[in-house]
Amino acid sequence: MKYIDPHVHMVSRTTDDYQRMALAGCIAITEPAFWAGFDRSSAQGFYDYYRQLTDYEPRRAALFGIQHFTWLCINPKEADDPAFARDVISLIPDFLKCGNVLGIGEIGLNKNTKNELIILEEQIALAEKFNQLILVHTPHLEDKRKGTRIIMDALSASSIDPGRILIDHVEEHTVAEVLDRGFWAGMTLYPDTKMTPQRATDVIEMYGSERVWMNSAGDWGCSDPLAVPKARIEMARRGHQMSLIDKVTLENPKTFLSQSEKFVLKE
Amino acid sequence: MYFLEHRAKLLDVAAFLDRIDRAEPTSSETDFRHAALMKAIQVMLDGQPQRAKRVLDLLSDAESEIPQSAHGTKGASGAVRSKSGGAT
Repeated sequence: MKYIDPHVHMVSRTTDDYQRMALAGCIAITEPAFWAGFDRSSAQGFYDYYRQLTDYEPRRAALFGIQHFTWLCINPKEADDPAFARDVISLIPDFLKCGNVLGIGEIGLNKNTKNELIILEEQIALAEKFNQLILVHTPHLEDKRKGTRIIMDALSASSIDPGRILIDHVEEHTVAEVLDRGFWAGMTLYPDTKMTPQRATDVIEMYGSERVWMNSAGDWGCSDPLAVPKARIEMARRGHQMSLIDKVTLENPKTFLSQSEKFVLKE
Repeated sequence: MYFLEHRAKLLDVAAFLDRIDRAEPTSSETDFRHAALMKAIQVMLDGQPQRAKRVLDLLSDAESEIPQSAHGTKGASGAVRSKSGGAT
């Protein structure tokens, strides 16, 4: 069994987790830049974080045979101060040259503010300028439906093909609109605040398996870096064919990510 | 399949509501999150399809207004106050 976890924050996880993921069949991960649980005090803090994502973390993953890819951005939670955010964004172009950087992410909104939206638009423009894939974070809880719509409008105002954009953390009330507008949809398997493996399987049964993937978004919160293999078990338990299980946990991530020439899996 | 795990989740909700009943009220007003939860329970009992989507819609911000900044705001609460429409 092989799978890809296309959204997991390994900087917040222990090396034991890499070992457990490898034992469960993980062959590759992609790690979007995100909020560290506290606001960083300077752009230099992001510079060091980007070095960690592009240099140190790939080597830690490789110890267990896992290929490590990443996405760079300033996350929406720290993007509410536009001047600060622009200092951080100015660091990104140099890092886009690194061999494991697939695109811009996870950009999006947090509290659906005008300041966050300005920085989202500027990072969409950055992706447009450098022809990068985009990974989108959508807000949590009561802010998700409204924020997802604002984000999709901002993306649709750019010239980027929606097939090169994945909108993550979809739930039952947002997945149909995301797919209908041509974007890819990510389901985050998170114990309390997002989807369970059971609900994600329901979504696949109701909305199909085209342009859909699953991820753990494992991070510093209560999360589970083995959520994707657990979803595979849930799908098998319901009698789904292995070809469908592989499609949503391996083949679909490969298809989307391979739009970046840097995403090459070692066979 | 799944009955026992959802029986347990249902008992968690029942016990949570009992706990609220036992608590000393800190205000004469009903907490908006409690009101939203009670409305969500009604959705689950109405016999109509797409319960998960409709519960999420009920718990979603329906306002079109976009504030300038998040400064001074709190984190997501999981439900909306009545002026936002979701749980009214």
